[in-house]
Amino acid sequence: MEPFETVERDVLVIGAGGAGLRATIAVREAGLSCAVVCKSLLGKAHTVMAEGGAAAALGNMGEPDNWRVHFRDTMLGGAYLNNPRIVELFAKEAIERVLELEQYGAVFDRTPEGLISQRPFGGHTYRRLNHVGDRTGLELIRTLQDKAVSLQPDVFMEFTVTRLLKDADRVVGALAYNRQSGGFVAFRAKAVVVATGGWGRMYKYTSNSWESTGDGAAMALEAGAELLDMEMVQFHPTGMLWPPGVRGLLVTEAVRGEGGVLRNSQGERFMFRPEYTPERYRGKYAETEEEGAGWLTDKANFRRPPELLPRDEVSRAIYKEVRAGRGSEHGGIYLDVSHRGADYIRRSLPSMYEQFHALGDIDITRQPMEIYPTIHYTMGGIRVDPDTCSTTLPGLYAAGECAGGLHGANRLGGNSLTDILVFGRRAGEAAAIYASSAMQGALDEGPVSAEMDLLLRPLSATSGENPFHLAAELQEAMQQGAMIERTEAGLTACLEKVLQLRERVEHVQVEGSRAYNPGWNAARDLRFTLRISEVIVRCALARKESRGAQWRSDYPGFDPEWGRKNLVARLEGDTLHVETRPLPSMSPELQSIMEEAR
Amino acid sequence: MLETIRLRVFRGDASGGEEREYPVRTFPGMVVLDAIHQIQGEQDGTLACRWNCKAAKCGSCSAEINGHPALMCKSRVEQFYDAAGLIRVSPLKTFPLIKDLVTDVSWNYRKAQQIPPLTVAADAPRPFRMMQGDVDRIQEFRKCIECFLCQDICHVLRDHGRKDAYFGPRFMIKIASLDMHPMDDLERRPHLMRAAGVGYCNVNKCCQEVCPEHIHITDNGIIPLKERVADEFYDPIRGLLRMLGLGRSRRQPMPEEAFTAPPEPAAERKPSP
Ligand SMILES: Cc1cc2nc3c(=O)[nH]c(=O)nc-3n(C[C@H](O)[C@H](O)[C@H](O)COP(=O)(O)OP(=O)(O)OC[C@H]3O[C@@H](n4cnc5c(N)ncnc54)[C@H](O)[C@@H]3O)c2cc1C
Ligand code: SF4
Ligand code: SF4
Ligand code: FES
Repeated sequence: MEPFETVERDVLVIGAGGAGLRATIAVREAGLSCAVVCKSLLGKAHTVMAEGGAAAALGNMGEPDNWRVHFRDTMLGGAYLNNPRIVELFAKEAIERVLELEQYGAVFDRTPEGLISQRPFGGHTYRRLNHVGDRTGLELIRTLQDKAVSLQPDVFMEFTVTRLLKDADRVVGALAYNRQSGGFVAFRAKAVVVATGGWGRMYKYTSNSWESTGDGAAMALEAGAELLDMEMVQFHPTGMLWPPGVRGLLVTEAVRGEGGVLRNSQGERFMFRPEYTPERYRGKYAETEEEGAGWLTDKANFRRPPELLPRDEVSRAIYKEVRAGRGSEHGGIYLDVSHRGADYIRRSLPSMYEQFHALGDIDITRQPMEIYPTIHYTMGGIRVDPDTCSTTLPGLYAAGECAGGLHGANRLGGNSLTDILVFGRRAGEAAAIYASSAMQGALDEGPVSAEMDLLLRPLSATSGENPFHLAAELQEAMQQGAMIERTEAGLTACLEKVLQLRERVEHVQVEGSRAYNPGWNAARDLRFTLRISEVIVRCALARKESRGAQWRSDYPGFDPEWGRKNLVARLEGDTLHVETRPLPSMSPELQSIMEEAR
Repeated sequence: MLETIRLRVFRGDASGGEEREYPVRTFPGMVVLDAIHQIQGEQDGTLACRWNCKAAKCGSCSAEINGHPALMCKSRVEQFYDAAGLIRVSPLKTFPLIKDLVTDVSWNYRKAQQIPPLTVAADAPRPFRMMQGDVDRIQEFRKCIECFLCQDICHVLRDHGRKDAYFGPRFMIKIASLDMHPMDDLERRPHLMRAAGVGYCNVNKCCQEVCPEHIHITDNGIIPLKERVADEFYDPIRGLLRMLGLGRSRRQPMPEEAFTAPPEPAAERKPSP
């Protein structure tokens, strides 16, 4: 058997984005030893890219905001598939978590009264996004990183975990390889927190980095945990479109929050077309451009423009405009914020200004941007208990983008940065409690050895396919078959391709050694993206309705029957089962909050 | 733009290496990182580099392009190739090489750990009330994406190898962002002068020129820090007061030992070629 090192700690946290770091803080504050593992250097996780802000109903802007409104907005945005208890905890605790960040050292933008400034975002009734210009994620991750590091956990940077290890039913550790040296490490821990983020890399155009291959969700599934609502993949309405090198990069929703407007090739602000505002949002949005313009300066007396509808609605509208032949030069739509003036734009959207200036040769203070929807976020994920973030496997916890249940069928912008704070902490605390009373499990060398063999196979093969090429084929297939508009035929063809690639991945071959070898790393990542792609497509086939991010043009509209069910995926052997589960029930208090809206 | 260009990339590890040349097809808007990815995908999957955001937001893809420290994801190829269509890409020189374009930047993480976090007075009112005007300065420093390009160019670290004595520009502005925080209550000057070594900087501003976030590292960060240190340590009147036990800082003293690491060897592993 290949040699491997063993590292033993009370708790293992996989992932050092916001969720993993917040969990680490909780574990260390509970006085337990903690190993935190991440694929990149510390501070480079996806969280660093978040731009617009973190939603929490602080109510600093003179509007009557509170957690109840935040709860209702989130349920409405998620088209009611959300787990109400998760949303309740989220909306309540978000406030405290954001204020705590400020104590840790985060420096948010200020109101004239010296409080944290909040900006409007799609689907949020009031100004609720606590922000730092358009680099909120950087502020958040650096703050958490500094705080976590001051508590001295053991950080394993540039390590990839590839399999969870079990002692009977219980998760007791994980196997990882060191990306720099290629050495293997078996982590032993009394509890494991998965905080590995989302998965966008199976699509061709995405705002996600190479890290977003869904490792955590795939590993949890393979260990026996359940995945929830996996068909719900968010297409962010505004990704960069031109030049080709930047296609898919995110254009933050803050551009629209700060007054940016969407126009088609005829100069029309098409979001005002009544057909683009769904029933449940009627009457809540401006109906004329004048009214929308008034809202910029007077939020109390004007309704917000329909550019700020939830992301699923805006993405679909853009898609339909382009399909109807009203697209821009490169097949997108125009987003224009130039009317806000150069000074204002440079101050409130500095990194967007820089991004377009440096990468797209566009001056957004004078010219419109060309945009098109891009794969951005995954609402679905590991199924967890609302209060403790425990999965169906003892000893295994999940938090952040890799967990499901909070966002339902569509996430509101800004809700993820607070998600990772609220549930990162809860997962860390619950894992610490579990670990305090548990013993280390037994380490079974069988699975360790099997995983090392799997990892090494592409290196010892003498001929075979290139993993980068297979990854590109997968991206093409998912982009074609499992994008914004989905049909039975398209999804079925996509599934066939995915299954065929799952066979071909057994025959990939790579050159070189294990030390910092991107080709070798890509070969293992591919197994994760294929696994997750299969789940996405099978769930999308199963849900025969349109809701949130799932738009089945062969089954248009909500189906009340489907509105009562979540989809759950689990493995039996190597066979994937997709089954429905009734939505969790809502407490009377939460029901009354929902009814206040009517 | 040329249809094909040539990328001459350093290949090797701590035991040595050489430049190797790869032909690359261009497309509109192409950046150097795209070219590296094309090589990985089509010619050599073992070529190592770091990247994450591809949007100049994470600070992972630092390298030296034609000898100049830069982010590969923000460097458009047409701004770098010469008349022969050639671009040279090499790893950061100031840090030990791991492989190809990847260097061991862990020294920076150790320095970060030696900076005490924000320390708020126990009786400070919460939540904080801070005016935008009071945080503008530190928000500039907090834009830092930790690309370590400034650390790479700083001659104290690069040419004199004084990683044992000076934390480097990145951590000067980190200390500045804490020291100038309206709610911070820690006396940071002794630490700044001794462990962090602010005196080593000779204010030639090279760091500021390479910063992709356009942070005025020297002008707004290091120079004011130097002035504060000078006030505290070299002002004769203050010195007298201090001797008499008067005129002490109103801030909390820092338990400096807690943040002094075992000394760094002046030169750690072999620097990158
Ligand atoms: C461009 C962009 C802008 C965004 N803007 C906003 C915004 O304004 N507001 C908002 O609320 N949300 C925003 N989001 C979404 C939000 O940033 C993410 O959902 C959130 O940061 C996810 O945090 P996380 O901690 O769950 O995971 P991540 O930050 O993705 O971290 C995942 C961690 O897991 C590690 N990991 C993964 N797999 C493995 C493995 N196999 N082994 C070891 N480690 C592993 C990674 O290395 C990483 O450290 C944005 C997202 C993007 C891409
Ligand atoms: S100004 Fe100071 S910190 Fe910056 S490069 Fe020069 S010596 Fe280094
Ligand atoms: S100060 Fe600028 S150059 Fe230095 S690490 Fe930060 S972003 Fe990079
Ligand atoms: S890849 Fe993030 S800065 Fe270049």
